[in-house]
Amino acid sequence: MTIGKPRLKADIMARKLLLTHIHVPGIHTFEVYRQQGGYRAVEKALKTLTPEEVVEEVKKSGLRGRGGAGFPTGMKWSFLAKPEGVPRYLVCNADESEPGTFKDRYLMTHIPHALIEGMIVSSYALGANTSYIYVRGEMMPQIRILERAIAEAKNAGFLGKNILGSGYDLELYVQPGGGAYICGEETALLESLEGKRGNPRIKPPFPAVSGLYNCPTVVNNVESIAATVPIINEGGEEYAKIGIERSTGTKLISASGNLNKPGVYEIELGLPVEEFIYSDEYCGGIANGKRLKAVVAGGSSVPILPANLILKTLKGESRLMTYESLADGGFQSGTMLGSGGFIAFDEDQCIVRNTWNFTRFYHHESCGQCSPCREGTGWMEKVLHKIEFGHGSYSDIDLLVDVSKKIEGNTICPLGDAAAWPVASAIRHFRDEFEWHITNGHEAQRRNYGLAHYADPLEPVM
Amino acid sequence: MADDVKFKVNIDGIPVEVPPGTTILNAARLIGGDIVPPAMCYYSKLQGSGGKCRTCLVKVSKGSDKDPRPMPKLVASCRTTVMDGMEVQNITSPEVIEARKGVVEMLLINHPLDCPICDQAGECHLQDLGYEHGLASTRYEFERRTFNKIDIGDKVQLHMTRCILCYRCVFVADQLTPQRVHGILGRGDAAEISTYIEKAIDNEFSGNVIDVCPVGALTDKTFRFKNRVWFTKPVEAHRDCPTCSGKVTLWYKGEEVLRVTARKDEYGEVEEFICNTCRFEKKATSDWVIEGPREVKRTSVISLNHYAELNPPAVVKKNLMLQEANKEQFERAKELL
Repeated sequence: MTIGKPRLKADIMARKLLLTHIHVPGIHTFEVYRQQGGYRAVEKALKTLTPEEVVEEVKKSGLRGRGGAGFPTGMKWSFLAKPEGVPRYLVCNADESEPGTFKDRYLMTHIPHALIEGMIVSSYALGANTSYIYVRGEMMPQIRILERAIAEAKNAGFLGKNILGSGYDLELYVQPGGGAYICGEETALLESLEGKRGNPRIKPPFPAVSGLYNCPTVVNNVESIAATVPIINEGGEEYAKIGIERSTGTKLISASGNLNKPGVYEIELGLPVEEFIYSDEYCGGIANGKRLKAVVAGGSSVPILPANLILKTLKGESRLMTYESLADGGFQSGTMLGSGGFIAFDEDQCIVRNTWNFTRFYHHESCGQCSPCREGTGWMEKVLHKIEFGHGSYSDIDLLVDVSKKIEGNTICPLGDAAAWPVASAIRHFRDEFEWHITNGHEAQRRNYGLAHYADPLEPVM
Repeated sequence: MADDVKFKVNIDGIPVEVPPGTTILNAARLIGGDIVPPAMCYYSKLQGSGGKCRTCLVKVSKGSDKDPRPMPKLVASCRTTVMDGMEVQNITSPEVIEARKGVVEMLLINHPLDCPICDQAGECHLQDLGYEHGLASTRYEFERRTFNKIDIGDKVQLHMTRCILCYRCVFVADQLTPQRVHGILGRGDAAEISTYIEKAIDNEFSGNVIDVCPVGALTDKTFRFKNRVWFTKPVEAHRDCPTCSGKVTLWYKGEEVLRVTARKDEYGEVEEFICNTCRFEKKATSDWVIEGPREVKRTSVISLNHYAELNPPAVVKKNLMLQEANKEQFERAKELL
């Protein structure tokens, strides 16, 4: 695979599309948002475009789902079944709970109208007259913010009956989530939205055919929906010019861990990982002058990579923040952009402990519906606990690999894969550290394994 | 689509034609035999069941004639419908065998394996599954999960530790009784079958949860610890019941009816659900019209010491005296049946 040109320092000051006006005081209010050019996309879409044309623009933009899977949004929309006399729904997935990801919360807190505007445009494109924003239950302040934003938009005539005289009706509702990570899985979300226990549904049928209340439904991430606003404003082709190859546009990255400047950044896709970590425009390097040991690039579910593999691909090329470049090397030496939950670990962090911590999360959040995930996540958690606390044996490492393999791909929903990948990748890349925990069980309680060779440059493999 | 349209499906090299909308599992059941994937949670009589236990995973090596691409992951055969020209691998795929072994191991890691004191032993699907697909030993070395005991009613005994969360009993309560009072509480490996209100399960059809339970999690309190199933003799009988079909299996020990269950087919699924009066109240032979002994699969432990046909070993065939004795014993056994 060829990687496009790395972005030159010359075209610095990356473009911002979602967070352009984030620092304008009062941008969370309708008035200020409108002054800054907000709701232009609604006007343009409803007055000058047909729903099909809106879908076409989104297709042209190359926008890919920002929730983690990276599925092309326009294509997802075109799959929506349109039987006569059956309502269609748009549901916004704001149940952001992936450890390391907090971009949607940021967006909803500070610039809620970007989401509302995107919801109107997207609902119009899909022909939905009732749309829902399913917000993680713990985010009560954001729920209130969104409800106020909806009320403001409705007052201004952007929601309700006959919006802007176009004859298009839309009601928008905010639904507090059921309080479980699994409710962020799209079919579990729909179950939860219907008032049931948030168990993922067995697919097929896919939501595009039978989703909310058995009607055709599209479920999109907050950021994907918000991204339709600049796409409509500037046109899909213009949007597609940003980024590299099939990774178009901008992406919100939640940067956390041992970074000088953690936070939410809007980047142009194609930014080199190294620049993202070390440049002052973004994370400003590793905190306290330490060295980078490992990175989880896209939220806790994606494979963890050691410093040498996250900065350069196995071929020795600079790794970029794109769907393709981060995945370069597959599961052997790559990872995924996922939801953009970028977690950096410095040399003092223990990978075994972190893996145990992630697994503890998945164990706690498994819905318990299908056997491999229900039983396997708990099993992995117990074995990792044993290794972390110095009671492990060599066979435990192989056991973990085997259990993770037996969960992966055999479950109803992707939570099983999400639980298996961090374990499998941590052992793949940090096996020495796991073995050190076994051979030096006592010592591992007092100190960490350290950086070891994890940042050493690798000989490029052609 | 016309009613007579049939899809050609190939399972483990065996072709079969089925109507559109049939699941892979049901297509395999039409073929029968070893290629039928095991199913712990799917229940053909319960709508929406299946897909959860993952024991019926199969590999679709060819999607259909139109789109011959294989499916990227193993699929739950009980919830995947066939396409025309689909090719499926079950026991011919090492990947499936390996995945199934994994699922069986997962199902057993927290199972108490208290078969010696479990009323379900002998007719437990998990026992069969473990025997056919599992390993002889476990790699799990941690304490098995336990639950607080709850009393769900006077007829049905709940042993949550044995439960594999197939959700069948939940579907029964949803689809057979007007109001479901039990369900799944908690999530992950802390999920349990429970009721908010103790002793709440009291409905004319609630006893069916016992029959649909693939393991010993829900057992008959009136049969509790009375006998091992393989010491009892199943007899088909019926009665004129105002509530249900009245078609049952009586489980005899000597003259006494120890237990009444619905009639189950070869996949352990009941033919018709029965009411609690038939199940729990009618335990005298005089309540029933006896139809005859129930056929039991030769491989089942319940067929222990039951001879269905005379098939003497070679040594008997040569000796006239042994032959006579064998015949005599066979006749006696038949009478006992």
